[in-house]
Amino acid sequence: MSDHDKRNAVSAKSLHINRSPWYANLAIHIVFILFSLACLAPLALLVIISLTPENLILQNGYTFFTRELTLNAYEFLFSKPDLVINAYSVTFFIVIVGTFISLFITILYAYPISRMDFPFRNFFSMFIVLTMLFNGGLTATYLVNVRLLHLRNTVWALVLPLIGSAFYILIARTFFRNTIPGELLESARIDGASEGRILFQIVLPLSLPMLATIGLFIVFRYWNDWFQALLYLTDKKLYPLQFVMNRALMNVQYLQQNISTLSSEEAMIELAKMPSESLRMAMAVTSIGPIVIAYPFFQKYFISGLTVGAVKG
Amino acid sequence: MNSVDNREYAGRQAWLRRFGKSIVRYRALLFMLLPGVIVFILFNYLPMFGIVIAFKKIDYSLGILHSPFVGLENFRFLFATTDAFRITRNTLLYNAVFIICDVFFAVFVAVAMRELWQPRISKIYQTIIILPYFLSMVVVAYLVYGFLHPQLGFFNQVLRRIGQKEINWYSEPKYWPVILPLVHWWKQLGYKSVVYLAAIAGIDQDLYEAAVIDGSGKWAQIRYITIPLLIPTMVIMFLLALGNIFRADFGLFYQVTMNSTMLYEVTDVIDTYVYRALTSMNNIGMSSAASVFQSFVGAITVITANLVVRRIDSSQALF
Repeated sequence: MSDHDKRNAVSAKSLHINRSPWYANLAIHIVFILFSLACLAPLALLVIISLTPENLILQNGYTFFTRELTLNAYEFLFSKPDLVINAYSVTFFIVIVGTFISLFITILYAYPISRMDFPFRNFFSMFIVLTMLFNGGLTATYLVNVRLLHLRNTVWALVLPLIGSAFYILIARTFFRNTIPGELLESARIDGASEGRILFQIVLPLSLPMLATIGLFIVFRYWNDWFQALLYLTDKKLYPLQFVMNRALMNVQYLQQNISTLSSEEAMIELAKMPSESLRMAMAVTSIGPIVIAYPFFQKYFISGLTVGAVKG
Repeated sequence: MNSVDNREYAGRQAWLRRFGKSIVRYRALLFMLLPGVIVFILFNYLPMFGIVIAFKKIDYSLGILHSPFVGLENFRFLFATTDAFRITRNTLLYNAVFIICDVFFAVFVAVAMRELWQPRISKIYQTIIILPYFLSMVVVAYLVYGFLHPQLGFFNQVLRRIGQKEINWYSEPKYWPVILPLVHWWKQLGYKSVVYLAAIAGIDQDLYEAAVIDGSGKWAQIRYITIPLLIPTMVIMFLLALGNIFRADFGLFYQVTMNSTMLYEVTDVIDTYVYRALTSMNNIGMSSAASVFQSFVGAITVITANLVVRRIDSSQALF
């Protein structure tokens, strides 16, 4: 494959003449500049609102052009630990624990079914492919999780329902099959290495790009999830960040109502000072901050990872 | 007669012995599979048995297992309402638009991306247009809200500035069949085009070289080389998406519309209906009937789509 790429690169250079005409190039640039602006403008609006003083928002509405910028909303956000710090800790907990367990299960499942000498590989592949095709639907899933597994109002309701993914297992299986030479595993086995040792000391170190890709997707899945909280949580202490944001969007008074630890008198004073419009937006900005920062570093991994997924084996 | 029985018996014995041996030999691998098997049984297979709920009248005092069977009554109730038609129509129409346009837009983006002279800049565009895919629907709803807020929203500011009447976006259904697809493409298009970019990167450059020597221009190259070689990928992506035509993106229809009751005519889909029947209407029978209807018809479309995929290119089939 890399040979092929290299040859393509060389011939592309020699094909310098085979470029689209300059006006086509220009037109495409314009299309992509507009597309990129369309992708970024809403995010820019969000950031600008979060930095606009409350009185200007109420006066001028949400706008890209503001006379004055302030960090008021962010200061307020981080000065009230009970408001979002709790939500952040829940989110960090589910992201770390969820990703760890989920990735572990994915690897442990993908490795055996990637082994061509494993006689039950087709059975266990079908076992997960079936879950991609059929499901009991939301109602049955909800009743199983609530009535049978008693997940309602536990932090595990946010972790466990998302833990197994047939799709990621299939990607990992394909990766193991295509990139780990069978002779390597064979010789390790002849040298007396156990299966666990082969997986953890030979296969996994060779699979880091794939692990990074799948890990990243699982991280995003947990970080962005609010649906499980919508279904299973009524206990405010367990609300993850995305769900607090959901509540704050659906109910303007949500944030005001939930500065709980203050006495009523203090709360009244606090409420008067609360920049509620920009505060919501500031919260949304802090929730996408980590994604935007981490994302360019991982981009090259997940593009190659996606390609692995597209070429299903 | 007896000897045939004996032979069969011996064959079964041998098979059992081999089976037992395999289990012992591969016990380490089987042990690795165990956590995954437990997870899939609990969270995927148990709910499949939950389908029986749709055929029962759930009485919590009796428990799910002992609630009486009522046959198809829940379904009769569901399809007697006008909701059934509305949610099916909305789900199918939106998904049909998404599925068809996704393929064409994504191919357009990928082909255009490859024609840029400056690969570095095209990497930057790529980074930017994929970014929305990684935002949660809640964040997307915030962004949409920034534009559509009835008093403060950006669009109404602009309308006021140019002397037009403001629009109460969250209570006017007629705009949403446009808004929802735009939000969908804003979030998904960049990501979907990656698959085609990869496919184009895999095309043998010799083909283009030969075309240039033969004196063909860019359009001819795109039309006679790039597009024909992308068609298998397009067909596969199209059919796989078609298999999910009965499943709507819950976040898009619930969160981005702010679950506004006044918009239900054009925004209520099967998924939001099932959720509402389950939680706010507290109607388990109706909810599970709609849910089973979705799973059942969905399964049929998936299987059909897969059959067609297998006909075209068996290596791309799901099973």
